[in-house]
Amino acid sequence: MGITFRKETFRDDFTFKNSPEHIRRFPFPFHEDAYMYAVNIEPHVVGTKGSVLENLIDVDEHYVAEMQDRALVLAEDPLRCQSLPHMTLAGWDLLELLMEQQALGYPEHFTLTRNGDRWRWINRPLGIDDTFTFGDTSTLPYGPMEYITRQSQGDFCILDQRDGNLWMDAGMVTTQADWSLDFDIGMNFFEWHAPVPLAHEKGIFTRALKFLTNIQQGKPARRLNWTMTINPRLDTSPENYHKWGPDRTTVTPENVGDKVHLRVELQSFWRLPRSNGIVFPIRCYLIKMDELVTQPKWARRLHRVIRDLPDELATYKGLTRFRPTLVEWLSKLDDGSATSPGFGPD
Amino acid sequence: MSTGTTKLDVVVSDVVPVNDLVTRFHFRRRDGELLPTFSGGAHVVVEMRDGERTRLNPYSLMGSPLDTREYTISVRRDDVGRGGSLFMHRSVKPGLEMVISYPVNLFSLDLRAKKHLMLAGGIGITPFMAQTAQLAGEGGNFELHYTCRTASLGTYADVLRERYDRRIRLYHDDREERIELDRLLSTQPLGTHLYVCGPAGMINWVRDRAASLGWPSEAVHFEHFAAPQPGLPFDVTLAVSGKTIRVGEQQSLLEAIEAAGVDPPYLCRGGVCGQCETNVISHDGKFIHNDHWLSEEEHRSGCKIMPCVSRFEGRSLVLER
Ligand code: FES
Repeated sequence: MGITFRKETFRDDFTFKNSPEHIRRFPFPFHEDAYMYAVNIEPHVVGTKGSVLENLIDVDEHYVAEMQDRALVLAEDPLRCQSLPHMTLAGWDLLELLMEQQALGYPEHFTLTRNGDRWRWINRPLGIDDTFTFGDTSTLPYGPMEYITRQSQGDFCILDQRDGNLWMDAGMVTTQADWSLDFDIGMNFFEWHAPVPLAHEKGIFTRALKFLTNIQQGKPARRLNWTMTINPRLDTSPENYHKWGPDRTTVTPENVGDKVHLRVELQSFWRLPRSNGIVFPIRCYLIKMDELVTQPKWARRLHRVIRDLPDELATYKGLTRFRPTLVEWLSKLDDGSATSPGFGPD
Repeated sequence: MSTGTTKLDVVVSDVVPVNDLVTRFHFRRRDGELLPTFSGGAHVVVEMRDGERTRLNPYSLMGSPLDTREYTISVRRDDVGRGGSLFMHRSVKPGLEMVISYPVNLFSLDLRAKKHLMLAGGIGITPFMAQTAQLAGEGGNFELHYTCRTASLGTYADVLRERYDRRIRLYHDDREERIELDRLLSTQPLGTHLYVCGPAGMINWVRDRAASLGWPSEAVHFEHFAAPQPGLPFDVTLAVSGKTIRVGEQQSLLEAIEAAGVDPPYLCRGGVCGQCETNVISHDGKFIHNDHWLSEEEHRSGCKIMPCVSRFEGRSLVLER
């Protein structure tokens, strides 16, 4: 069996695509015909076979191409990966977590063998076979966090927990929706959330922080977030705004289906055992409108959600420029009939 | 009690008397696998099936986090307490199958510290056993000051002395030795973090002195597992589940809620983690808030209670549970 990894790009000629099976497993984030900001956190447990939740750390057909794109981003800008000195132990925690989960979910692609502190890691899709001493940084080509996150899809923020707060003290962030690790590093939970509108009415963040600081070992949690991106770019960082910002003016009625992408982030939250830190893997899934509307339920629902989105949220998510064109295009696929409850396609 | 923590099925692999008051218990996983990794300062909640009653007590893990073949805890016998420690001493024998929670750490090391200064009183030594083992493995810089009543009640003092030599200072009450706290606190290098675990009086003393000597509160860490205090029985109505229950003299409100078949969340059962926070719908009477979680303002408001340690005296109390 095994996954057939696609050869594709997330820049320049944008050859990124989802196979038909991958369209059906896309984590569509709207369970009803409207969207409201909410702290929608739930336990991160294994879900239906074939869905992105079949394993707690998901590896899919875009794996190899995403890892190549990450290497390109890092070559241009090494500050996308940073770890303050006290976070090395948390990096080892993360290495263990990702190696264990990837090997568990995809034994045909990854193998972890432990012999006391001597570990061997085989990553077949990327052609890696390394033996190293767990806990000894000098036995790996990079620090433990960088080593393993160059081999794992999604961004990773590692948070230190102190004084009843969480501090963004390490991370690998190359596929983000317009925020910057280099700007946020060293900030606490309230500081890095300061720009979110509507949400800081008192209470939401305090409650979210209480929840997160209580995340326990063996009981990860998750939530979905979404935005839209023009062209299948993984790297929409503030540093590269000059590259992707102008894309938003290029949407026309003719190219909506190909250019506009729904970008869904599956964020999970895990307690790390040795360091007592918390890691947020932020896994990004992209789907272009032409692919999404192959599922009629999603087409109808997305039309209603985008049409009725409050203006502040549309602005925050950067949709303002192309929203009218998108809504007009989607409206032709909405016959007004009811949508079934739940996220999945019909 | 699924809403608390994830559970581990273990078997008691050894029970070792340490001195007149303290006994050590060793647990292994029933399936023979390794136990989850943990960090120094973590505790587990041990479930004790004592006849009709289930007691749940938190105990610090005291083994080395580098070795997870077994977990060890040390329990000090409290003859006038609510009975958990007596149950451990009398009824828990090697071979007994028990259930414990996953480790939870509410007293973790600040890994930015240049130096870790640790103060322990009595059985408060247990979290430091794991923390010193962790730091020793990483070449960390620590110093531990340990006060106990007499040399023979200096639980693990000999072990620590042997392992860490001059990094351990001992103080015996019967010899009137006392930590020279002010001098100690005012001669530490910049970047030192202070950790204290012991009786409430000691914790308060250390925190007060540190504050008045200008230590930033972020550099002062304490482990304060207030065991639930006994008190007058009282009645509570649980609005969501529609039950009215009585909280006995020796029972905590949380235990009474659990005994009624409601499954409230908890982590520490000691008033520090915030997990059991519950809204008060109405009350006529006075709260005895024993927790360290709610702010003073929240205590005065009468809108919230931490059922793991807090009590009530009065005519009626309705909670949102
Ligand atoms: S269980 Fe931790 S405060 Fe009540």
